[in-house]
Amino acid sequence: MTLIPDFEHQHFAHCESGVMSALLKHKGLELSEPMVFGLSGALSFAYLPFLKFGNMPLVSYRMFPGHIVKKFPKQLGVTYFRRTYKDPAQAKAELDAFVEQGQVVGLQTSAYFTTYFPPEMRFHFNAHNIVIIGRHGDEYLVSDPVFDQIQRIKADDLQKARFAKGLSAPKGLAHYPIQAPAGINFEKQIKKAIKKTVHMMLHAPVPWIGIKGIRHLARRVARLAVKADGRYLRLFMGNIVRMQEEIGTGGGGFRFMYASFLQEAHDLTGWPVLQEASVRMTEAGDTWRLFALESAKFIKNKGRTAEPDRLAQLLRQCGEKEKEIYRMLKSV
Amino acid sequence: MKVDEVPQDDIPTFRGHGTKAIYAVDAVGRYTKTTTSGWEVEELVLRDVLEDFEHKAARAKERVVGGETSPIEYFVNKRLMDLSALSQAMGIARWRVKRHLKPKVFNKLDDTLLQRYADLFRIDVAALKNFKEMIARDPDTRF
Repeated sequence: MTLIPDFEHQHFAHCESGVMSALLKHKGLELSEPMVFGLSGALSFAYLPFLKFGNMPLVSYRMFPGHIVKKFPKQLGVTYFRRTYKDPAQAKAELDAFVEQGQVVGLQTSAYFTTYFPPEMRFHFNAHNIVIIGRHGDEYLVSDPVFDQIQRIKADDLQKARFAKGLSAPKGLAHYPIQAPAGINFEKQIKKAIKKTVHMMLHAPVPWIGIKGIRHLARRVARLAVKADGRYLRLFMGNIVRMQEEIGTGGGGFRFMYASFLQEAHDLTGWPVLQEASVRMTEAGDTWRLFALESAKFIKNKGRTAEPDRLAQLLRQCGEKEKEIYRMLKSV
Repeated sequence: MKVDEVPQDDIPTFRGHGTKAIYAVDAVGRYTKTTTSGWEVEELVLRDVLEDFEHKAARAKERVVGGETSPIEYFVNKRLMDLSALSQAMGIARWRVKRHLKPKVFNKLDDTLLQRYADLFRIDVAALKNFKEMIARDPDTRF
């Protein structure tokens, strides 16, 4: 058995920020998962009614998958290895060589072929992220950030998972940091990252992103309540809640994770506005959780008792709360 | 959310798979990473969508037996996909996948293509070829 000895498995809320945090730590750069998430400007909101999955529109609480791995290392000044493959056999050979050399590697995989997932969660989602930390016979040892224990996957299944086709296909993506920068100017990074997130959430030029997106979704829910049949509305609400709570968000659609980032950023800079924003972001997250709870009740009652208007209203509240936070953060 | 408010509902989906990490505030307002055994809200919405897939699969099964569709429609729902996801995962055009739902076309598909469908669905190719016989012999056949 080959096991990379100095890699410590850590349990994270979200796969992509978790993998990045773990890989950077292994290179001696300690950034918590919320710091990775916040600094890479990964917080977002998107409701794209024209992009359908299983007949449901895309709802997302963060930037598109791959954003962190693609952009974050460069932003920090980390020299980074990043490679996709055309030939699966070559991808496997290189992965084996990495493991032999004791090099931990981040991989993008499809949840559908990730065999150690609960079967109910093996949806066709191509942008899962894991770290390969060793090999034992026909199996790879996997540090999957959303699991609390080390997992194993058969070589054949891993090949399928790395070369699944479709939207955001992994194309065998392998990546790892080569060298971390000597120091990081946190004040500058924090300022830049917050500015970017604030701008996107408040001033996105399209009606599907940011606060506008939240309001757009609220309008849609209100209209569906009048027009659509109960079953569709239930599945529609369920889809939102799943994107918010089930898909490894750390709770409240990444809002708690972002609040944690703001708090840590306050510790580093001492800017009082960040502490206040963190407290309010927690409240926004709580409102999102309330929205999820009410939606679940609505689904449980088969859409009979709860009035969907209340759900639309809760969504609007989430939007309002967040709007105030981003306005406040403009002063950073 | 406070640490002591983090739901510990021990949801069936995650049972045997450990816990999930989540961020919450402690008694003095500091953020910490803690764990949850799941929230019944997530379980409920997941079960609702799975039930919908199950419902569609059951209906597809009847239609396969009735000669109105091919087993592909059954398995696509069994494996939590829709036709777009299936066509992307197979790497073939959507209209072709749609055509493969017609029993007449499906019955003439060559073995290579059937094998590719079977691999994607994680089933034996026989389950596609002899779907009706398998169902007729044992209506509760599990795939």
